[in-house]
Amino acid sequence: MKVADFNGQKSDGPGWNLSERIWGYAFVAPAMTLVSLMALAPIGAALWLSLRHRLPIFGVDEFVGLANYLDLLGDERFWATLRTTLYFTGLSVGLELPIGLGLALLLDALTDERTRFGRLAQTVAIVPWAVPTVVSAQMWLWLYQPDYGLLNYVLARIGITVPIDWLADPRWAIHAAVIMEVWKTTPFAALMLLAGLKALPWELRAAARVDGAGWWDGFRSITLPLLTPVILITLVFRTMDAVRVFDAVYVLTGGGPGNTTETLSIYAYKTLFQSLQLGYGSALATAMFLISAILSSFYVLLLRRRMRDTT
Amino acid sequence: MNRELACRDHWAGWNVAAAGRNVCLLVVVAMFCLGPLGWQILASVKPDEELVRLPPLVPTRLTAAHYERVLFHSSLVQALINSAVVATGTTVLALMLGSCCAFALARLPIRGRPMILGAILMASMFPPIAIISPLYLTMREMGLRDSLIALGLAHTVHALPLTIWLLTVAFRQLPRELYHAARVDGCTPLKALLTVVLPPARPGLAVAGLLTFIHSWNEFMFALTLTASDTARTAPVAIALFPGLHDIPWGDLAAASIIVTLPVAGLAAFFSRHLIGGLTAGSVKG
Repeated sequence: MKVADFNGQKSDGPGWNLSERIWGYAFVAPAMTLVSLMALAPIGAALWLSLRHRLPIFGVDEFVGLANYLDLLGDERFWATLRTTLYFTGLSVGLELPIGLGLALLLDALTDERTRFGRLAQTVAIVPWAVPTVVSAQMWLWLYQPDYGLLNYVLARIGITVPIDWLADPRWAIHAAVIMEVWKTTPFAALMLLAGLKALPWELRAAARVDGAGWWDGFRSITLPLLTPVILITLVFRTMDAVRVFDAVYVLTGGGPGNTTETLSIYAYKTLFQSLQLGYGSALATAMFLISAILSSFYVLLLRRRMRDTT
Repeated sequence: MNRELACRDHWAGWNVAAAGRNVCLLVVVAMFCLGPLGWQILASVKPDEELVRLPPLVPTRLTAAHYERVLFHSSLVQALINSAVVATGTTVLALMLGSCCAFALARLPIRGRPMILGAILMASMFPPIAIISPLYLTMREMGLRDSLIALGLAHTVHALPLTIWLLTVAFRQLPRELYHAARVDGCTPLKALLTVVLPPARPGLAVAGLLTFIHSWNEFMFALTLTASDTARTAPVAIALFPGLHDIPWGDLAAASIIVTLPVAGLAAFFSRHLIGGLTAGSVKG
């Protein structure tokens, strides 16, 4: 039966006789109005702002075309924050994926035998995802504390007696942020990969496990290729998140020491809300969007090619 | 079934060894996932003098002083109330707007579906930092800065894409006839949505609601920029700007962190199976 058949069949009286389509638009309207007003219009406004010099403190507000973007190209600090962001993203995603895959295989092994362990392990694994990022940053500040933090204590016990000043040492600070990010997001990546593993046809999984071939061969030649789409999607999500990282690093280091951990988001935030350069800050934010769009379309291309190869 | 049998055969006679191995694996997973949180819990019950030295690893006596201080002598409770109000309001609003929109996308003959989906996708793709300054300026113009309303609206828009996506999937899984029968019986689409579509979609609604609540409770960037005083500040902002005169008050901070984390970590752990299902559905089927 077609939906259109219902038009004009209602006898509930006046006012109820709107067609299905009008009802549809009425249903969509509230959500779309809010999204337009609070997301799409601000995006437009940000693009517009990025073409202007706007410095409220000096009363400056003028159209400058692409000048902000040209300034961006010559801005040493922009390139430094871009490098920091890409380093942070590459390293944390690069660590999360293998560790997450390992964790997913562990969880998978746990649920294979009919035990409660698997369910319990999944419950445990979702906790880091739910911990507020701000809290996670404070937790790691406490672990990284140079004089009485747990990390340096453990290092001292295993023979590394020179305490590392994790967050004040420019060589360590960014890595400290990466370690925190990996802790917070790896379990979630693992859960996504686990869902992918569970969705594989069990015959193939059994073949990968039981056949005379070793575990590693089965994993490499059967499980891994089949899992590639899910791995790529996990990569997209994690990369997009890592590129826009703000609260984790902002609370952990504030961008310091000496701007060495300043990411694009933090630089944009400081430009917008501390030096109040609204135009330039918006250009920074737009550049950030372009960078993450380029990265994700690169993954989509990979994914598409992969799909074509396997089918 | 087959798979379970195969596994049982495979492990026949190995039950003790398998159980032992499972316990070890579980301990490894738990150490990784819960270790840092556990250390924070320890810090929250350590007396002050033991916080600034190590060893002892385990406190020699437990104290509730930190919890008492942050609960009765700080603005944390106000921040928690603010967070609860914003997160609840956001969840209710996102579910209301989201289910209407998702229902239209799933079942009603509207034109421009790709455009609507594109707009929603666009809204979720743009980094929040990019929209925050125009949003801040608008809210200031409207006199909504430093209010819970502004923050709730920002969080709702942030939550809508995922909510709409999850609910569209949930509604599509329901039989079409359910809705059609209600229409034949003379229900308006709105009444049909409320009486025959939403009730069986409860699991989907629950997952979308939980995710929205947790995201809103944890969100920091909008909360930091759109609020300015203790009256509107939410819990994550309170944790980030935790007041300390000279040194960081580690014990109090730890206690406050645990209090703020408990509701969401508890919810997530309790509903973990449903949440994992909802969160990973898109990646596996999509």
